[in-house]
Amino acid sequence: MAGLAAAFGSGAMTNSIAELEYTDCILATGTNTTENHPVIGAVVKRAVRQHNTKLVVIDPREITLTKYADIWLRQKPGTDVAVLNGLMNVILAENLSDKAFVEGRTENFEAFRQVVEKYTPEFVEKISGVPAEDLKRAARMYARAKRASILYSMGITQHTTGTDNVKSVANLSMLCGNVGIEGGGVNPLRGQNNVQGACDMGALPNVFPAYQQVAAPEVRAFFEKAWGVQTLPGKPGLTIMEIMNAAHHGDIKGLYIMGENPMISDPDLSHAEESLKKLDFLVVQDIFLTETARLADVVLPSASFAEKEGTFTNTERRVQRVRKAVGSPGEALPDWEIIARIATRMGYPMAYGNAREIWEEIRKVTPSYAGISYKRIEREGLQWPCPNTEHPGTRFLHKERFTRGRGLFSAIEYLPPAELPDEAYPMILSTGRVLYHYHTGTMTRVSKGLSERYSESLVEINPEDASRLGIDDGRTVRLTSRRGSVRAKAKVTGRSPVGTVFMNFHFREAAVNLLTNPALDPIGKIPEYKVCAVRVEAA
Amino acid sequence: MEKKIPLTIDGRAVQGRAGQTILEVARHSGIFIPTLCYMDRTTKVGACRVCVVEVEGARTLVASCCMPISPGMVVRTDTPKVQAAQRMVVELLWSSGDHNCLTCERNGSCELQDLVYRFQIEKPRFEITPPGHAKDLSNSMIQRDLNKCVLCGRCIRACNEIQVNEVLDFTRRGSRAKVGPAFETDYIDSDCFFCGECADACPVGAITLRPARFGGRPWETKKVRTTCTYCGVGCQMELNVHEDRIVSVTGNSAFGEPNLGSLCAKGRFGMDFVHHPDRLKKPLIRREKGGDLEEASWEEALDLVASRFKEIREKSGPDALAGLSSARCTNEENYLFQKFMRAGIGTNNVDHCARL
Repeated sequence: MAGLAAAFGSGAMTNSIAELEYTDCILATGTNTTENHPVIGAVVKRAVRQHNTKLVVIDPREITLTKYADIWLRQKPGTDVAVLNGLMNVILAENLSDKAFVEGRTENFEAFRQVVEKYTPEFVEKISGVPAEDLKRAARMYARAKRASILYSMGITQHTTGTDNVKSVANLSMLCGNVGIEGGGVNPLRGQNNVQGACDMGALPNVFPAYQQVAAPEVRAFFEKAWGVQTLPGKPGLTIMEIMNAAHHGDIKGLYIMGENPMISDPDLSHAEESLKKLDFLVVQDIFLTETARLADVVLPSASFAEKEGTFTNTERRVQRVRKAVGSPGEALPDWEIIARIATRMGYPMAYGNAREIWEEIRKVTPSYAGISYKRIEREGLQWPCPNTEHPGTRFLHKERFTRGRGLFSAIEYLPPAELPDEAYPMILSTGRVLYHYHTGTMTRVSKGLSERYSESLVEINPEDASRLGIDDGRTVRLTSRRGSVRAKAKVTGRSPVGTVFMNFHFREAAVNLLTNPALDPIGKIPEYKVCAVRVEAA
Repeated sequence: MEKKIPLTIDGRAVQGRAGQTILEVARHSGIFIPTLCYMDRTTKVGACRVCVVEVEGARTLVASCCMPISPGMVVRTDTPKVQAAQRMVVELLWSSGDHNCLTCERNGSCELQDLVYRFQIEKPRFEITPPGHAKDLSNSMIQRDLNKCVLCGRCIRACNEIQVNEVLDFTRRGSRAKVGPAFETDYIDSDCFFCGECADACPVGAITLRPARFGGRPWETKKVRTTCTYCGVGCQMELNVHEDRIVSVTGNSAFGEPNLGSLCAKGRFGMDFVHHPDRLKKPLIRREKGGDLEEASWEEALDLVASRFKEIREKSGPDALAGLSSARCTNEENYLFQKFMRAGIGTNNVDHCARL
């Protein structure tokens, strides 16, 4: 998000899901779309099968989309910047860029060009393992398309170079004039139902709703008035990983966690557990007694999505209604009601009768949401920005003008991942999700059907590695990193490249985040879940 | 301006665009033609012949779902000849399967049942000869009873053309034809991804959602439209609720974007958690350090939270407190959470799991 915001002025998906079906070319990188966003995966597959859309997939794993791809570039994990620079090197060398767009709509091109010059296909092949000829073909396919869309997800962001990766993706899109047009753009696919909304609403340490900076005095003055307080703090707060570290140091003493389970989702879980245990006071509000809730001093039972009213904002900025279908178990309450009760008890009264009253307040302080009423989205959601009640919503951003004015090219050099294989830990571990489960497994693992399909964690390992290590399909293996060790069954499959194993993070009994590296991207503060060094052995 | 093609349907002058079928123009003009195998957004196959109409000058009845319109075409949808043919098709379909509405999950929402009723068929003229396929009860998500299949092929097109999972097709020929995965395997042993699009596409009770079995009749269930709680696509879905329980989840193409009625395995079959016995039902508090979590009243729990937060703030300042909001919660809740942290407590230490 930080990378895209730097380049374009907005970190949101630029275009809409429906546009993918009729675009000329899709470049999918770091997104296992058919498993993590299956319905968007279906749109991509329809585009390829039914509408002659060209598909370029860049991914170390042989994900399902590779079956549908015209070209698949299988780079070594963590070499994304090199590959993207290589594509742009070819586009410039072969004169395939959109010069009018670059000149008319962007800035800092020259500095960018100088860096990219070095990344010849042959140089990139040495770093990434992607054959120079394939790289050239992919560059031509993307650049020659009239409209081309880039899709990416956590395979791009969960690296210590995540922000660099995103900026490189933005560079590529701008270089070919694909921003601000229908069927084009740079499209990060959000992994959780309301990541976009949580960001839009200011559940971030540096911004109020609609990305209004907490550090700006005039913004603070506006919110002080709107919220009826004397002063609001102007110093940006800590990010999630910094909060955990500060708890470890004793600087954070009380923590309020709503609907999150860092005891499974955070990198280096042992460290996360120590941090939570050092707190003087931990409150967890959730629908189940999660691993995190077990450590809490107070656990507050909340309503699930099916038991309350409200809205979610999807990955394409579409605000849609959530409706109450059933009653809550026992005394569980909607999260908003619990927050309001705590606030009121702390001397900051919050008297909302229902979710709609909160929504009406949101519209007053969030310019991009101002035109979106419950009534207007009764039948179909609206995409922000939607500044007034006559506005039809926005299908794609940056038309004629970037949110920040001109699009910013960034000169990005390739940097290797923070932890690379060595003698003691000779393989790369990459983590992610599988189709049948979701995040920390709290919700999907209690589903009978889904568990029938995928009942335990599996370590995907290439047949070559497996035979070298004497591991048969279904054999229990032990994975060890510098931080911990887990056991799970092996799935011997060519989906994993030689030298890399893949594991999901849904299963607490094989919690892969005991192994992962908490090294963060310096700007995005995202941990490097996609690359760490491990040792694999038959257990 | 695109050129309009004029034609006559049941004596009414209507217009259509080049490439449109008789069925499409008729529907657009509010003229009803029954269909079974027709499915929007997929190949027009003309398999079931329920939609036949008379076209002046045509040698035989034509399938309106496949026949493109032409200028001056004269179409009749309600002649005795058309009705007799449609009726015959429905009788044959009925007699070729085990259409026992008494125990069928689709009773009350079955397109074959609707057609039988529409044509006022008491009993088919032909002997009822079900094919005797074994039921696929291999998993608890999708149930298949191919004895109820009318071979319309909608599941196949849903699988290949909408979800593009390319798992289902026809196998065998003639009266032994059936739909399913390669090598006639059960779903659980196939490459099926359990999106359930085939069940939503099925017009009869051949492919049904297993969790809904005996979970409430269509007229007893309440359909609540909402947004899926899993990934960021934001699929629009129907929660089918009976006696305050979600019994199944269905897609609805009428809901439009972003998913046009499609869902995935998680949205379709991942709702068991809502009614799981382990859901938290009462606040829990740890009354002494190192002790167990014990049930408490909301009053006691909230008083404790407020007093401890105040205590920490007074002793160590507001920045000694932090909050993790949630990408799983609503906009309203995220807004309120950050407002509470900033205005209620006085710190910007608020973040959520977008980065993980």
